Amino acid sequence: MIRVTLPLHLQRLADVQGEVRLAIDGPVTLKSVLDALERRYPVLEGTIRFHGEPRRRPMVRFFACGLDLSNEPPETVLPDDVARGTEPLMVVGAMAGG
Amino acid sequence: MTGIRLLVGTRKGAFVMTADGNRDRWDVSGPHFGGWEIFHVKGSPADPDTIYASQSTDWFGQLIQRSTDGGQTWSPAGNEFAYEGETGTHLWYDNTPRPWEFKRAWVLEPSLHDPNTVYAGVEDASLFRSTDAGDTWQELPGLRRHETAEGWFPGAGGLCLHTIIQYPDDADRMTAGISAVGALRSDDGGQSWRTITKGLHTEFIPDPEGEIGHCVHRMAMHPARPEVIFMQKHWDVTRTDDGGENWYEISGNLPSDFGFPIDVHAHEPDTVYVVPILSESEHYPPEGKLRVYRSRSGGHEWEALTNGLPQRDCYVNVLRGAMAVDSLDSCGIYFGTTGGQVYVSPDSGDNWDLVVRDLPAVLSVEVQTLE
Repeated sequence: MIRVTLPLHLQRLADVQGEVRLAIDGPVTLKSVLDALERRYPVLEGTIRFHGEPRRRPMVRFFACGLDLSNEPPETVLPDDVARGTEPLMVVGAMAGG
Repeated sequence: MTGIRLLVGTRKGAFVMTADGNRDRWDVSGPHFGGWEIFHVKGSPADPDTIYASQSTDWFGQLIQRSTDGGQTWSPAGNEFAYEGETGTHLWYDNTPRPWEFKRAWVLEPSLHDPNTVYAGVEDASLFRSTDAGDTWQELPGLRRHETAEGWFPGAGGLCLHTIIQYPDDADRMTAGISAVGALRSDDGGQSWRTITKGLHTEFIPDPEGEIGHCVHRMAMHPARPEVIFMQKHWDVTRTDDGGENWYEISGNLPSDFGFPIDVHAHEPDTVYVVPILSESEHYPPEGKLRVYRSRSGGHEWEALTNGLPQRDCYVNVLRGAMAVDSLDSCGIYFGTTGGQVYVSPDSGDNWDLVVRDLPAVLSVEVQTLE
C-alpha cells in the first residue's frame, strides 16, 4: 500500500486522520498516486492539482525520502521506498509565516 | 418567536451566531472550516436553512460548502469553476494583457426564489450559476465577454466581482459590481450586460469619467425601490435614481468618503449606512473613532452613530461584505471588523453592542431574520 500524508486542511476536508493508504495498479508515479487519492476522496479534486490537468497548485509541495519532487513531471516514478510503503509521499502546504 | 441568525466569514473560518428578537444574548458556533478563509456565507431567501459558504485558501484553492440545517452541519459541494470557451485577457497591474484565471468566489447569492439556484461572483471577474445547489457551476460568460473586458484591470484586492443585486419583481434583472471596473447591468438573466457608470468620477485614472476603471467597493438597494442604488466607491458615496443610468455624489458632510461597506435600512429606503475610513492608504477610521454614519435623507446629510462603539485608539477596518441589516420591526444593523469584533445595533444604529469581540479578521457578515 502506498502511504500518503496530507496537510491538516486537507485531512479535515477529506475527513481522515493520519496517513492515507492507497492501492496502486501499475507504475507508482506522482500522477497515479494523486489520481488514486482523488478517486478515493473526490473532495480533494482541485485542491492539490488544478481541475482536469496535472498541474500542481503553486503552494503545494511533494516530498518523499528526503527528495523534493514538487517540480518533477507527473509521470515521474516515485522512489522504491514509497512504492514499497516503507516511506510516505508527503503532500505539504508551502510554508508561510506571519 | 422571531430569531436572528448571523453568518460570519473570517480569515480563519466561519461562525454562526443566533439570538432571539431582543438581540442581546448570542450563541456562537464555530469555527466551521477552521483555518480556511471564508469570504462569504449566505442563506437562501427561499429556504433559510439552506446556506452556502465560500471556502478557500491560497494553498488549496476554492471549495463551496452547503448546509441544509441552518449551519449546524455542512457538506462540500462542487468546486470546479471553469470559464466557458476562450478566456481572453484583461489588463494586469503592469498594464500587460493577462488571461482570465479563476482564483476564488468572493460572493455567493442564492436565488430569491429557488434554494437550489445560487450565483457566484468570482475573481478573475465573472459570474457563475449553479442550479443544483452548488454541485456544478456554469459560467454566464456574457459578463466576461463584455466589449470593454480587455481593458478591465484589478484593484489591490484583485479583479473581483463582489456585489450581485437581484430584483424581487424582475427575475431577469441583475446588477453587478466589479473592482476596479465599475457597475454593470443585465436585463436578460445575466446573458448580456452593459456598463452603468455614467456620473461616476475617479480622480486618479486617465479618464476620470470613463466607462470603466471605477473601483466600486459595494452597492446596496432597497427591494421596495429598485431604481435607487447606493454605492460606496473607492472614493465617493454615490447613488442612482434610475437603475444606474446616472450616478451622483451624496458624500455630503462625511468626514471621509472613502470606505467599503454600504447598506440600506430594512424599512426606510432613504436611510443609508456607511463606515468611513481615512483614505486608500490608511484603512482605519478618522481620529481613531469607530463611527457608523447614517443618512436618513438618502445621502448628503450624515450623522455619526457612536453609542457603544470605541471612540479612541480604534484602527480597525470594515470590509465591503461585512455589514448587514435584519428585517425585524426595529431594524438591526450589524458589522464586523478586521479586528475580529462583530457589533449589533437593535435600534437602527442608535445604540451598539458587541456580539463577539475576538474573532479572526471578519470578511463578511450576513443576517437571517427567522420567523
